[in-house]
Amino acid sequence: MFRPSHFLAVVLFALFASVVFGITQRETPRRMLHYGIYCFVLFSGAAVVLSWVMFFIAR
Amino acid sequence: MVTPQIKNEPARNSKQGFVYLPLIAGWLVPGAGHFLLGKWARGAFLAASIVCMFGLGLAMQGKLYGGAHDILDMLGLAGDLGNGLLYIVSRVLSLGADQVQVTTGDYGTRFIVVAGLLNVIAAVDAHNLRTGRKA
Repeated sequence: MFRPSHFLAVVLFALFASVVFGITQRETPRRMLHYGIYCFVLFSGAAVVLSWVMFFIAR
Repeated sequence: MVTPQIKNEPARNSKQGFVYLPLIAGWLVPGAGHFLLGKWARGAFLAASIVCMFGLGLAMQGKLYGGAHDILDMLGLAGDLGNGLLYIVSRVLSLGADQVQVTTGDYGTRFIVVAGLLNVIAAVDAHNLRTGRKA
């Protein structure tokens, strides 16, 4: 059984979703790569930022 | 008058045939729609991402939705069905958890649903490539 941490789960989710978004939403390989990286950073960054927001709300 | 017809022939031929084949193939087998169109690298990346996501979902003891008892179950089932043959084979082999019992099982359930939704996006992309809506 695979038991990742919450952060690893977020990173894996962001990686796979970004690959599909990059390939399907852009037409040239260069733009696919850029958009995939952009999506990955947004997915991961949003999770980290929201986690800190929830941390301060819970205090 | 003859020359333009000959030049247009390959373009017309590429539009012939069953245009929904890449859509259906891509839904049943992740990446297959792109493989049919000769987009090998794109298809391989899509297949790897979707199959890995689905496999990790199962490995995390994620739940495969089998019936629709309420609206959330219906949405989950719709997402799971997007996985095509992966979902059907997994159901036949009784893979996945019946009930989410561990925390990672909840992550796994989401992984499986999202893998299905991503597969639908990939299949529609293959259809758009086939119809010429996308290059």
